[in-house]
Amino acid sequence: MKWLLRLLLLIVVLVALLLGWLFFGGAHQPTSPAMSKVTAATLHDPALIARGEYLAAVGDCAGCHTAQGGAAFAGGRSLATPFGNIPVPNITPDRETGLGNWSFEDFWQALHGGKGRHGEWLYPAFSYTSYTKVTHDDALAMFAYLQSLPSVHLPPTTPTLEFPYSVRNSLVAWRALYFKEGVYKPDQNQSAQWNRGAYLVQGLGHCNECHAARDSLGGMPQDMHLTGGQIPQQNWYAPDLSTRQNGGLQGWNEQDIVDLLKTGQSPKGTAFGPMADVVATSTQHMTNDDLHAVATYLGSLPARTLAPEEPSPFNAKALVQQGEKIYTQQHCVDCHGKDGNGVAGIYPPLNGNSSVTEPSGINATRAVLLGGFAPLTAANPRPYSMPPFAQQLNDADVAAVVSYIRDSWANKAPVVLERDVSKYRQTPID
Amino acid sequence: MTSGFDECGMLSRSASLAPCASGHRVARAYNRRMNTNTRLHHAKPFGAAVLLVVAILFSTASRAADAPSIPDTLQQRIMACTTCHGVHGEGTPGSGYFPRLAGKPAAYLARQMQDFQNGLRKYAPMEYTVRQLSPAYMQEIAEYFAAQQVPYGRSPLPPVSAATLQRGEQLVSKGDPARQIPACASCHGSQLIGVQPSTPGLVGLPYDYLSAQLGSWRTHTRGTVAPDCMAVVANRLSASDITAVAAALASRQLPADTHAQAAGSVTPPLPCGVLGATGDGT
Repeated sequence: MKWLLRLLLLIVVLVALLLGWLFFGGAHQPTSPAMSKVTAATLHDPALIARGEYLAAVGDCAGCHTAQGGAAFAGGRSLATPFGNIPVPNITPDRETGLGNWSFEDFWQALHGGKGRHGEWLYPAFSYTSYTKVTHDDALAMFAYLQSLPSVHLPPTTPTLEFPYSVRNSLVAWRALYFKEGVYKPDQNQSAQWNRGAYLVQGLGHCNECHAARDSLGGMPQDMHLTGGQIPQQNWYAPDLSTRQNGGLQGWNEQDIVDLLKTGQSPKGTAFGPMADVVATSTQHMTNDDLHAVATYLGSLPARTLAPEEPSPFNAKALVQQGEKIYTQQHCVDCHGKDGNGVAGIYPPLNGNSSVTEPSGINATRAVLLGGFAPLTAANPRPYSMPPFAQQLNDADVAAVVSYIRDSWANKAPVVLERDVSKYRQTPID
Repeated sequence: MTSGFDECGMLSRSASLAPCASGHRVARAYNRRMNTNTRLHHAKPFGAAVLLVVAILFSTASRAADAPSIPDTLQQRIMACTTCHGVHGEGTPGSGYFPRLAGKPAAYLARQMQDFQNGLRKYAPMEYTVRQLSPAYMQEIAEYFAAQQVPYGRSPLPPVSAATLQRGEQLVSKGDPARQIPACASCHGSQLIGVQPSTPGLVGLPYDYLSAQLGSWRTHTRGTVAPDCMAVVANRLSASDITAVAAALASRQLPADTHAQAAGSVTPPLPCGVLGATGDGT
């Protein structure tokens, strides 16, 4: 009987350990700045800070870590996810509410390992699945830059996550499924330029966070990288980034990609929606070398095999014909042209535009409803704009005109229905 | 046409060539670049020259036939604004939904765009449209609308009693000292046509627009830089005061001159952030 008792005791101890790990797991003492291996003198190096500023722009840290009308990098807003709202922290060097007491070791643990200062698992709304690829040197430069910012005292908002996502340790399972820790490893068979592009796209640029479909747990299976997907909550479609046959950027050359990222426009399309913000706050500041590296890498992405399209039971002909009338009557034709080719340097083409033909039809629908300016960049400081048609056109008209542009010229994308328009009309803008 | 726009200032609704379209120049330059490739394939200089000329003529002509000609004017660039607010910022006086921008002081208009950008004023389509615009571009757009002179339209008035109109008229010209409500005229000018550089006129605006703005200051969907003096005033008004003051303003006759009064011609009774005051103003 003694062995049975021992076995029971062993089970009790193991369960206790498991529970203890689940509730206190990951607990960790932060490294104080005084104990850090990185000296204050290193962090004050102007060259390092300048490089960090550039890298922070490439990573678009301010894009998430700034509230509307708020101080840059001071957080104070929530990021809406399908699992609830996640507070975006203050990353200015404020001691109470920001990174003032953080050492570089703490920062590295967050960026590279997805763990907070006390070892708590971080929600992957902070894209550490991408940032883990960032090198130690680049992380150090960014940390030096963030520590050089003016301190802003701004406490975070309160998380409103639903159970079981509210239990941080449930992230253990998520990380096991989707997170692979490790700095980017160059592919020896590729050029230095290609590797630089891959490093920026997969790592700091975190392009995948939008340009890949997420599954029901908000993760991205490895084979779906950069193949495009609907952005949760925001309801925009981030196109497939492959330039090959069947890719979203099919027909784009290297210069087209560079132009879009640098100026906001290219002969193949104009950035709008969330990408317009990315261009304005991030990619327009990238060096030409880095932009060409990104374009080289994207140009090498493999073509995606598309599932054969199922014939729609819906008779689209009448809808498309109605759309053609609206295209002319509502003056779409005045800017985008009868041939759908737009006006070079001013208005984007609709013919062959991946944002028009993307699978969901969301982008074209919302562009028609919202209109808006092309991204404002140093190269295009007074952009032209498109009128919002939300007030002029009802859902049936929007469905018709969007169906027409998706099914005309070289475009062969499925039609959009009235009920889809009605759904996207209600989508909050931010 | 009212104020100094050339023929290119008007939107070209046809696909024909406009003589002044520099957008067309852009398209032509683009074609020229493409034609450089054509030339490279032909070694003989004369043949190349002929081909080049033909190619330029042909591609320019074919492009001109299809590609719309786009004037390089601010009016063309800001179609996202003019679709709702009118080409000259006349707004929609009939419905009162889209406010008039024409003739409002430029600094006031630029400030409103900034307030939408910063989320102090809440209206999702406006926040989306202006979210990226630079201070310089917003100033240019503001100056365009400030310079427009178009007649004011009359908007429908709700049926209100004579007593209500009288109360409204009292608030407009005298305020209510017992409740520390300053007169509208004390800031917006004796003729209520606004004061340069940042105070808008109130006369000629629709009832619905005026009452909606006073309401939105109370519900924090409209605000501006602190100290927000209009928020203070709006919160001192009662609900019936809002009806009264909006009706009185909307029923006023327009003065002959609707240009805003000169800067410095009024002494505001409250500290206003938009007029350069600091602090929280309470």
